[in-house]
Amino acid sequence: MTIAARFYVDRGAFVLDVDVQLPSRGVTALFGKSGSGKTTILRCMAGLEQPDKGHVVFNGEVWQDAERFVPPHQRRIGYVFQEASLFPHLTARGNLRYGWKRTPLAERRIDEDEIVALLDIEPLLGRYPDQLSGGERQRVALGRAMLTSPSLLLLDEPLSALDRERKREILPYLERLRDELAMPMLYVSHSHDEVIRLADHLVLIEDGRVQANGPLAEVLVRTDLSLSADAEASVMIEAEIVEHDEQWHLSRLVFSGGELWVPRSEYAPGHSVRVRVHARDVSLTLEKASGTSINNLIHATVTSVVELEAPTHALVRLDANGTSLLARITRRSSHLLGLEPGRTVWAQIKSMALLD
Amino acid sequence: MLKTRTFFAAVALLVALPAWAAEVKVAVAANFYGTLQKLAPLYQEASGNTLVLSSGSSGALYTQIVNGAPFDVFLSADAARPERLEEEGLTLKDTRFIYAYGVPVLWSVREGVVDAEAQVLESDDFRHVAIADPKLAPYGVAAQEIMTVRGVFESLDEAGKIVRGQSIGQTYSQIASGAADMGFVALAQVTDENGEIPGSHWIPPADEYSPIAQAGVALKRADDAEAAEHFLEWLQGSEARAVIKAAGYGFDD
Amino acid sequence: MLLPQDLTALWITLKLASISTVILIVLCVPLAWWLAHTRSRAKTLVEAMVTLPLVLPPTVIGFYLLLLLGPHGFVGGFLERIGVGHLAFSFSGLVIGSMIYSLPFVVQPLQNAFASTGTRVLEAAATLRARPVDRFLTVSLPLARRGFLTASVLSFAHTLGEFGVIIMLGGNIPGRTQVASVAIYNHVESMNFAAAHNLALVLVVMSFSMLLAVYVINRRFKVVGVAS
Repeated sequence: MTIAARFYVDRGAFVLDVDVQLPSRGVTALFGKSGSGKTTILRCMAGLEQPDKGHVVFNGEVWQDAERFVPPHQRRIGYVFQEASLFPHLTARGNLRYGWKRTPLAERRIDEDEIVALLDIEPLLGRYPDQLSGGERQRVALGRAMLTSPSLLLLDEPLSALDRERKREILPYLERLRDELAMPMLYVSHSHDEVIRLADHLVLIEDGRVQANGPLAEVLVRTDLSLSADAEASVMIEAEIVEHDEQWHLSRLVFSGGELWVPRSEYAPGHSVRVRVHARDVSLTLEKASGTSINNLIHATVTSVVELEAPTHALVRLDANGTSLLARITRRSSHLLGLEPGRTVWAQIKSMALLD
Repeated sequence: MLKTRTFFAAVALLVALPAWAAEVKVAVAANFYGTLQKLAPLYQEASGNTLVLSSGSSGALYTQIVNGAPFDVFLSADAARPERLEEEGLTLKDTRFIYAYGVPVLWSVREGVVDAEAQVLESDDFRHVAIADPKLAPYGVAAQEIMTVRGVFESLDEAGKIVRGQSIGQTYSQIASGAADMGFVALAQVTDENGEIPGSHWIPPADEYSPIAQAGVALKRADDAEAAEHFLEWLQGSEARAVIKAAGYGFDD
Repeated sequence: MLLPQDLTALWITLKLASISTVILIVLCVPLAWWLAHTRSRAKTLVEAMVTLPLVLPPTVIGFYLLLLLGPHGFVGGFLERIGVGHLAFSFSGLVIGSMIYSLPFVVQPLQNAFASTGTRVLEAAATLRARPVDRFLTVSLPLARRGFLTASVLSFAHTLGEFGVIIMLGGNIPGRTQVASVAIYNHVESMNFAAAHNLALVLVVMSFSMLLAVYVINRRFKVVGVAS
């Protein structure tokens, strides 16, 4: 089950030329800087924009080809904009029901009560959009899009107009949509945090072209991409909560490469979580350090060493029993430690973000 | 030396001009405007004074004069308004007189529409007949009288066939443009240079309407009372009268 | 208080204002919509043409309409030939004249209302399975409500006071084309000031209360901004 899309858009200074196959399950992130073309791709996918040349097939259904163009209202998609764009003349409930009313009975899989409960928007229903906060509006917008029972949910940087608090508030709802409703999503973003937390699949877009297209964890550690070269370079580790330490307010996680201590998580033992580890937070020692304040020491083998553009730094890719790690260190250190593929080292993780 | 000589020459020239080259501002009823335009150069030659003409409906002009419009002379389409002005003390003594009698004519810009007996009025062959609003213009009153005598006014009015213009000037253009099939205007308006009348017309017998006595008067507000009176006197003279008669007006004598 | 012919004139005025406003709104919605959304180069030309009645003297408009709609005009002549009859000195002619005269007052508020709605909400509606006409009826129209109100009020009020066009085109036929504004003028002209005052007063009171009622009603509706 896939989405096949080819778009060519020529706007003079900016040219978009992509040809991708994407999974039609799970969350696929379209990731890149502002102006890279990711929003254009999303809009072309939705039919809100017509490329100069385009071809879209969704699970065997042709949405666009040389002869045909299926308009947005006939594609079974949901779309969430950066600013909620709720209808100002309707209440939240009116907004929710707008698409639902236009969905034939036979196609309605998701119902209003379910969505209202899932997104916690019960108290908002009677209010008008200008009486809602940004975060509340965005939740209603999500609900509105979901109630058309779409086969694919397209989200265009839904959180970037919100402040950090609101973002943190809404991300869990997005996770719920992904986990509880199994809604396939195409998620456009330039935020590492959002992508690493939500995505299963990552498409990296740069200057109107696709640079990478693959499972999240794999794409993140590729040393040939600009992704791993920039300051935000990270890896994603899927780990399971084993226990909570009430004395020190920590939780212990276990993954293929060993164990990690993180600030106490809300979730119960047995729950899987994603952890983001910045390359800049990983330092390396040849021997396991003792008497160190760093709690997380992982035994790993060097897979490759890559010189970065900054003349001072290098990127080291490591393998910890099946999980990849990245460490950003000085070239001097790399030289002094004699790092080369095959060398075993200890990776010290100073801090990590527990994405929950 | 040259400069001084030029200077004295200019002064001499200025002094040689007529001492009273006055301007007379005339408010004239629409129907007489064309005729007055023909009279103006004649007067200017005779007196050296210039005429400045403002045309309009007698009603509009009257209202303006009452409210302080700066005219020197008022040539109305009726006798009542100049009389009213005199009663209100807005005129110069003993200057009111009748300068012409208006002759109404039923006219169409197209030939064959108006017949010699004006039987077209009683027929159904036309859509609209235009008249000046009787409330505003004496020619309109005459038109109404003529149509009443013929017994057609009420029926035509009810049928919506009577178009009322704000002034005889507007009525004329409504007929001339062909928008109205025919209508009542002043004979002076339709008589051309050679004394001929284009299209088709009918001149009603004088007994079918009250005489349209057109009176003129000099106004108290006149900047130059002497010039104003002078003009009105000239208007009663033989030279002026000849032109007025040729234009299509009548006289009492 | 009012002379019978003045009552008739008032009635004609109200009829004229209402009919021309309604027809104008219906005809201008597609035009205003197009102007709000098009990127065509013809847009500026069309906008200038729409604004033209604002700068032309009403008597000029009336005069040319008289020629156009009269028996020898392009439109009037055609109507004569097909047996319908020309439109000079008729109520229908006045309706056409009023519509041209009030055109910019209807198009501009509507155009602004449609434009300020923006395309974003319409795109959202499209992704929510609404077809183009549906989007127009359920999103554009309600959000343009204020524009409709302004356009209607302006057109109606403008026509109530219309004079120059009607003077040329109407022919002042009692019961058909004699409107209140001309009747007042005629009373003043013939020094019938009492009648003039009375009719003018009624006209002013009527217009004012209509305008007041309209704005009060508009207040009651939710004041709709374009919330994100």
